[in-house]
Amino acid sequence: MATANPAMVTGLFRRIRRYPTTYIGFAIVFLFLLIALFGPMLAPYTYTQQNLAARLQPPSDDHVFGTDQFGRDIYSRILYGSRDVLVVAGSGTALAVFFGLLLGLFSGYRGGMFDEIVMRLMDVILSIPPLLLAMVILFSLGPSRVNVIIVVGFLYIPMVARVVRSVVLELKTRQFVEAARLRGESSLYVLYKEILPNVLPPLAVEASMRFSYSIFLVASLGFLGLGVQPPSPDWGLMVGEARTWFHQARWVLYFPAGAIAVLVVGVGFMSDGLRRMLLPGGASDA
Amino acid sequence: MLTYLLRRFGFIFLTLILASIIIFSVTQFLPGDVAQIILGQFATEVAVENLREELGLNKPLHMQYLNWAGGFIRGDWGDSLVSRLPVRPMVMQRLGNSAMLAGLALLIYVPLGIILGVIAALKRDKMPDQLITGVSMAFVGLPEFVSGLLLITFLAIGAGWFPANSSIDPDSTFMESLPYLILPAITVSLSGLGYIARMTRSGTIDVLRTDYVRAAELKGLSGSQVLIRHVLRNSLLPTVTIVAMGIGWLLGGLIVTEAVYGYPGLGRMIVYGIQRQDLPIIQAASMIVVAVYSFSNLAADILYGLLNPRIRVGK
Repeated sequence: MATANPAMVTGLFRRIRRYPTTYIGFAIVFLFLLIALFGPMLAPYTYTQQNLAARLQPPSDDHVFGTDQFGRDIYSRILYGSRDVLVVAGSGTALAVFFGLLLGLFSGYRGGMFDEIVMRLMDVILSIPPLLLAMVILFSLGPSRVNVIIVVGFLYIPMVARVVRSVVLELKTRQFVEAARLRGESSLYVLYKEILPNVLPPLAVEASMRFSYSIFLVASLGFLGLGVQPPSPDWGLMVGEARTWFHQARWVLYFPAGAIAVLVVGVGFMSDGLRRMLLPGGASDA
Repeated sequence: MLTYLLRRFGFIFLTLILASIIIFSVTQFLPGDVAQIILGQFATEVAVENLREELGLNKPLHMQYLNWAGGFIRGDWGDSLVSRLPVRPMVMQRLGNSAMLAGLALLIYVPLGIILGVIAALKRDKMPDQLITGVSMAFVGLPEFVSGLLLITFLAIGAGWFPANSSIDPDSTFMESLPYLILPAITVSLSGLGYIARMTRSGTIDVLRTDYVRAAELKGLSGSQVLIRHVLRNSLLPTVTIVAMGIGWLLGGLIVTEAVYGYPGLGRMIVYGIQRQDLPIIQAASMIVVAVYSFSNLAADILYGLLNPRIRVGK
């Protein structure tokens, strides 16, 4: 890989500057990371602390975002929930990226029967809409945090594997890989030292995209009541529960829905920015 | 082309079989016994045992699968465990309802997405482009339950323009359902709109860079002539494929949107089926969704091949 020279770096920043959304995206994601790290310490209440005397209170000094149907502080629940959503969607993404990377590397590098079988299996998983497959699997595994993580990880393996494999197939024909092989390096060496570094940029872009889809999926499952279960402060679940109450108390809906919207849009912007920075000249850079 | 089609149909057939195995086996790991679920917890042991025998639950798993799959192909999709009514007419009716919603959404977001995408491409990197690109990126990422509930609070409860709830009689005709379809269709459209706009934008930009467009400009054609005769003709071809590919996305969006509005389509049926552990409903409705998904992917691939002969070579 060419090392970064000054012209490349300025080019990179020019590309980012053309799209202020990239900055916004990174800022939002950074902000939510901070909230997830420190939020629960700053929360005035715990996420389960009920106060039936103060049910469905509008936002006030005591409760900045108001209270829900059990008198729980919505602001505190959202702070705690940020950790939940980042951990569940993040671990799911990490699982998918790890196994997808392994499968894609070996499948693409070895080719032959192994490649054929792995890729056809991936096609079958991809032939079922992700949300439907997640719902059906969670139905039998039972809805819980760990199971949601497993399902998200499993569902997104094929997408990651496909991206990695296509990069490997292209790299395999390059001269520096050929040279390493002719030098007599082992397959593992070639994969690790020559191919992996070049797979990382597209992998980072793919991972950030999977992360935004994971947040989307986890929140949708929570909303449908098929994902993380009460009394968890999962934002999707909070929106789902808010459906019964938002006619009387709009804030029960607005704050968790707003939190999801801002985070998802932020991750989307970030992922798009990463694509522009790391994969210039790609189709969506046009 | 014919061998390509045959191969693809063969692959879809294989996919449906494997998907049916996945759906069947996944729904076997239920917490609890199906016969017990049907009869309730106060049923006698003998009654449960008799029902198990009747439903074939005592046979080995692969026999159960073959029975189920064979029945499915013959059109016998079993009876709902909750309502005891045959599953097939119900699933087909909900499929029709979902198709109405999807059709209306496509009518909204495809033309609008194309227009926005072309504008963004022509004004590339300027204000309109940044606005359209930014807003469409935001819409693509927004979960349907967030946008749907916000639309309900503003346009249904706030302004009172639309009904807040679309849980209509599943038998309703299109004209009867139309008022209830508009908000759900807008909800589904928001994410589709962003997707189409982005794809149209990058397709149009690619075409704008080509030599033949430059030649057309140099030859002195007016901007609108170049746009209509040279740019759009080429840049919109891939959009057809993109619409077909987007059907999969649409299906996921429909599940959530139907749940938000309570609209009686396939998605709400699956969610209800899961909540009530109604196995035959879950299995049949999921299979239909997978079939629709597979065939729309096939349509996307075929269209792509037809419209772009360069891809076909080598297949």
